[in-house]
Amino acid sequence: MSAYAEIQKLRRRYPDSTSAVLPALRLAQEGHDGWLPPEALREVAEALELTPAYCLSIASFYDQFHLEPVGRTHVEVCTNVSCALAGAQQVVEAFERELGVTAGSTSPDGAYSLATVECLGGCGWATVVAVDNRHRLRVQAADVPGIVEELQGAGEA
Amino acid sequence: MPERPEVVFAGTDGGAVLSIADYEAAGGFRALAKARELAPDDVIAELEASGLRGRGGAGFPTGRKWAFVPKPDQLPKPHYLVVNADESEPGTFKDREIMLRVPFRFLEGCLISAHAIQAKTVFVYIRGEYEQEFEILRDSLEAMRKAKLLGGVTIVLHRGAGAYICGEETALLESLEGSRGLPRPKPPFPAIEGLYAAPTAVNNVESITTATMVLELGGAEYAKLGVENSSGTRVFSLSGDVVSPGNYELPHGISLRELIYDIGGGVPNGRELKAVIPGGSSTPILTAEDIDTTLDFDALVAAGSSIGSAGVIVIDDRCCMVQLGARVSQFYEHESCGKCTPCRVGTRWLTQILQKIEGGRASQVDLDLLLSVCDRILGKCLCPLGDSDAIVVASYVARFRDEYQAHIDLGRCPFEGESSLERILAPSAMHEHGHEAAHV
Repeated sequence: MSAYAEIQKLRRRYPDSTSAVLPALRLAQEGHDGWLPPEALREVAEALELTPAYCLSIASFYDQFHLEPVGRTHVEVCTNVSCALAGAQQVVEAFERELGVTAGSTSPDGAYSLATVECLGGCGWATVVAVDNRHRLRVQAADVPGIVEELQGAGEA
Repeated sequence: MPERPEVVFAGTDGGAVLSIADYEAAGGFRALAKARELAPDDVIAELEASGLRGRGGAGFPTGRKWAFVPKPDQLPKPHYLVVNADESEPGTFKDREIMLRVPFRFLEGCLISAHAIQAKTVFVYIRGEYEQEFEILRDSLEAMRKAKLLGGVTIVLHRGAGAYICGEETALLESLEGSRGLPRPKPPFPAIEGLYAAPTAVNNVESITTATMVLELGGAEYAKLGVENSSGTRVFSLSGDVVSPGNYELPHGISLRELIYDIGGGVPNGRELKAVIPGGSSTPILTAEDIDTTLDFDALVAAGSSIGSAGVIVIDDRCCMVQLGARVSQFYEHESCGKCTPCRVGTRWLTQILQKIEGGRASQVDLDLLLSVCDRILGKCLCPLGDSDAIVVASYVARFRDEYQAHIDLGRCPFEGESSLERILAPSAMHEHGHEAAHV
């Protein structure tokens, strides 16, 4: 199904089609390597009869939409209070070492991006790490080399 | 060990009930059948009798909220139930476990609530980061549709996209309408003019799931659990410096001591308890001296805090309270939608002053300024986000004044690099906003 057709399906769920903008942006992002280039915003705008500027105004408000490219594997570490108390900063630093990127940036080959994020809702299972939105729980700094090895294996497979 | 009656998680044996057959075998959908035999007002009466108060944070009585929704003949527009599954309050992870373990009990509650307010459409606004929870609800909903259990009600799962503010009910409605999540002025209240300017009830996941059990048990029976003004059980999220963190369903009125020590196993590594945040990061801090405070609406207000979302964060003596203030304030700064100036500017200002104190560059006047900025945010915005930052930062200063003062007197952090929150990074998105220091 084309993105246009899929968005038409989404808009039928709502009494007002503008409500479909979040799911449509999510769909567009999935179809554009995890971020929203200008053409993705144009696609959503056209399918929902909105303007690209309006779609940008929405995309820029929500943390899960990326307006710049992210790595093929996107790693997020929660650094809110409960995770921080459990050693989230050490987890962040371990990922920085193992992936060779600083938090908030993407590796030069585009393979990995690393971000620190706000509470992911797993405070009792700290530290929470999201790899491509899949949560890994109770991550400690010592676990990070193994996780990165696993990700590199998956990337090569 | 304190008694642990289960209501929300009843019949799960600590696991998940993920098929209709298993759920029905455990008595599932009986409450819905009972509710559908009752007039909508009688369902509301059961909820009022139960004393159930909203589990999202504000604690408004659920039955009364539903009673505020005009009848369709009074206001002939479509009526909506909107479920707030946008759980994002730091320290809180209960709604997630409810959706993972008792999805049918939650969806059954949606149908019961829809019947009570005479809504034909339910929107579940689920936090965008909750992938697995979304998938389980989607599959459970599909199974219910096939089993013809929906009774003409449409339930739409709507995924958020990462914005704490969308947990505030009017921001959530804006977001659901396809706008940026900016809170609306109240009145009009959602009950009259909510989603698409139509009558809308907005309820939290745990409230809705509990509604199923109120119908199952009967309102009066449910009200026997818990304590006065705080009936029933609560799913407490326990995290931080505690041996056994996790979600624990317990009756209201249990003490912090019982939760942290008897159930949570106490503070690990022989450290001392220093502070407790009792209801998510938006609630004022308590100290080790408050350990016998009970966890219910009234007792926590009397202790100068609030039960909030029942997310209990335990903090041991390694934690610097100025760093805590800076990290918490960064959260509110990052999540401020920017609509109201006192919040947009004030939360950032609080962070900056706290970083200055932590960095040993502050003088006495900065501490006064910190509290003055708190005052200037409080009560001056459309929603409680900025207030939360102001209230909690002021509470850290009030409860740990000596520690704040020590930073100023010494010209450095007295923890000398050994605090448990040392160097903790703010979210990456803030680094890009030109912050001079993204660390606390």
